[in-house]
Amino acid sequence: MKAGVVKATTSRHPRRLTFDHVSLMVVFLGIPVALYLVFVLYPFTQAAWYSLTSWSGFTATQEFIGLDNYTRLFTDRLFLKAVGNSLVLLLVVPVVTLVLSYALACLLTFGGSSTGAVRGLKGSSFYRVVSFFPYVVPAIVVGIIFGRVYDPSAGLLNGLLTAGGLGRFTDFAWLGNPSTAMAATVVVIVWSFVGFYMVLFVAALRSVPTELFEAARLDGAGRFRTAVSIAAPTVAGSLRTAYVYLGIFALDAFVFMAALNPDGGPANSTLVITQQIFSTAFRDGRFGLACAMGVVLALITFAFTGLVFGAGRIVRKVTGS
Amino acid sequence: MTVTTLPKTAPQNGTTRGSGEKAVGVTSHVVLAIWSVVVLVPFLWTLMSSFKTTREIFASPFSLPQEWQFQNYVNAWNTAGIGSYFVNSVLVVACALVLTMIMGAMTAYVLARFEFRGRTVIRYLVVAGLTFPVFLAVVPLFFILQQVGVLNTLPGLILAYATYAYPFTVFFLVSFFEELPNEVAEAAAIDGASEWRTFFQVMLPMAGPGMASVAILNFVGLWNQYLLPVVLNSNRDNYVLTQGMAAFASSAGYDVDFGALFAGAVTTIVPVLVVYLIFQRRLQGSVSAGSLK
Repeated sequence: MKAGVVKATTSRHPRRLTFDHVSLMVVFLGIPVALYLVFVLYPFTQAAWYSLTSWSGFTATQEFIGLDNYTRLFTDRLFLKAVGNSLVLLLVVPVVTLVLSYALACLLTFGGSSTGAVRGLKGSSFYRVVSFFPYVVPAIVVGIIFGRVYDPSAGLLNGLLTAGGLGRFTDFAWLGNPSTAMAATVVVIVWSFVGFYMVLFVAALRSVPTELFEAARLDGAGRFRTAVSIAAPTVAGSLRTAYVYLGIFALDAFVFMAALNPDGGPANSTLVITQQIFSTAFRDGRFGLACAMGVVLALITFAFTGLVFGAGRIVRKVTGS
Repeated sequence: MTVTTLPKTAPQNGTTRGSGEKAVGVTSHVVLAIWSVVVLVPFLWTLMSSFKTTREIFASPFSLPQEWQFQNYVNAWNTAGIGSYFVNSVLVVACALVLTMIMGAMTAYVLARFEFRGRTVIRYLVVAGLTFPVFLAVVPLFFILQQVGVLNTLPGLILAYATYAYPFTVFFLVSFFEELPNEVAEAAAIDGASEWRTFFQVMLPMAGPGMASVAILNFVGLWNQYLLPVVLNSNRDNYVLTQGMAAFASSAGYDVDFGALFAGAVTTIVPVLVVYLIFQRRLQGSVSAGSLK
């Protein structure tokens, strides 16, 4: 559809200040950007300011306390615990999701017969439609469903395990046990995202010229080799973008936590930064402190994004591509 | 069909290789089928449980309902208030979607096709809104809505939904408007069409496919939105569906009508399922298009 359309350059001739043109600029650009500034960008800058105050929301002015909130955070064991858990999610969720979705995407793309042309798998659209579906279901409902699936006595998981002869899982509380709560939560998050990234990678793999894969095959590369050493580098851009999205999402994870373990889980084993921000602000009314947590979260997000894109740049420089 | 004809066309026609091929194909199907089962079973289990009484739910996770409890749906809809949350969700999402699409399309059009001072700055501001975690903004946003006087109201929620979906909408649509041929706009201008008419009658219809893709992604995002309503909308009468379901699930823990809870989950899923089945081709297409940018 887009093919054949010459990419248009913007009109370069100067426009006269007619009413037509000025009113268009005001309405098309002025009003939306103004709303965007007031409701989205201004709150971000305000949060940075509030983080330097001891504001509790009830006074008209905020008392400036410098970096006190930040020093307090670094000795707040609960907050540090939450940061640790968020970092665990940041490390685990993207990697597991990417490996799983990339593997499934490769099965869909290369799983078909490999003699002759490289073919996809028959019935691949069925698999894609099914796997993608969890992405469109509200995350809170996914969480609620899995809260029931993990239910110790009436849940689907323990029902299946005991029916399969693993009697010791009768009444095992997956979400109530500090050693399993986080893993059980990760499974839910991964479950809901794999299909989305699978579809993304299938598209990326299909945009690679098939000659490349066929050449690899003629050189004797097997499917696994092709998927790892030929296809992965060519779709590295998509992989990196997906990694960043997943990382940003893993640092949030608020919705899933709210459904599975709203209070931080057993021994705070699933407490994450976003939950701490929420309760510090809207339960304790310590808005200054909550904003400082928000700034910390933003800094972690930027560090992570910078790291992923920076690493990509270095790799490209080293490999010279 | 292709499988039977393949050995003849295969360059290296060894039978071992042929059966190896088949094994890989079968394995791929098995793995993907297992994943499909893993995806589908929780939903099917939810559907089945939504027709059971709470007592049956606790008796066994597998048993079929003795009597199909359609009453669960009535209870969820009326007693648990899912019905009014549903109406609120439809209202908020519809208004916010229209608002953000109009604002986003207009801004994207201007950014893509006009040169003016500050254009680069605005583009950067749009990207900034995409990269900052929303959690950083929610506290100040709460007080801004309070000052404007729309905290805990549906209009306030619509405004927040629309403005937070706006940077994504602009970001995505700019490239669509950039790809439209310039000649058409110039022809319209020569024919004496005003800038406004050129946009609404010529350029906007041409950007239709892009608009549709972004609208669907926005619909899914807004329908599933959880954080904004929880922070900005604590009045129970104005709850949207996601919020209402969370409140329902945690309302007692011990005294919850679990049959109705499952029925509520099904009620939440069905609209997105319908939209998904109708638009899944376009939705997957827009995800793919986004990935290749």
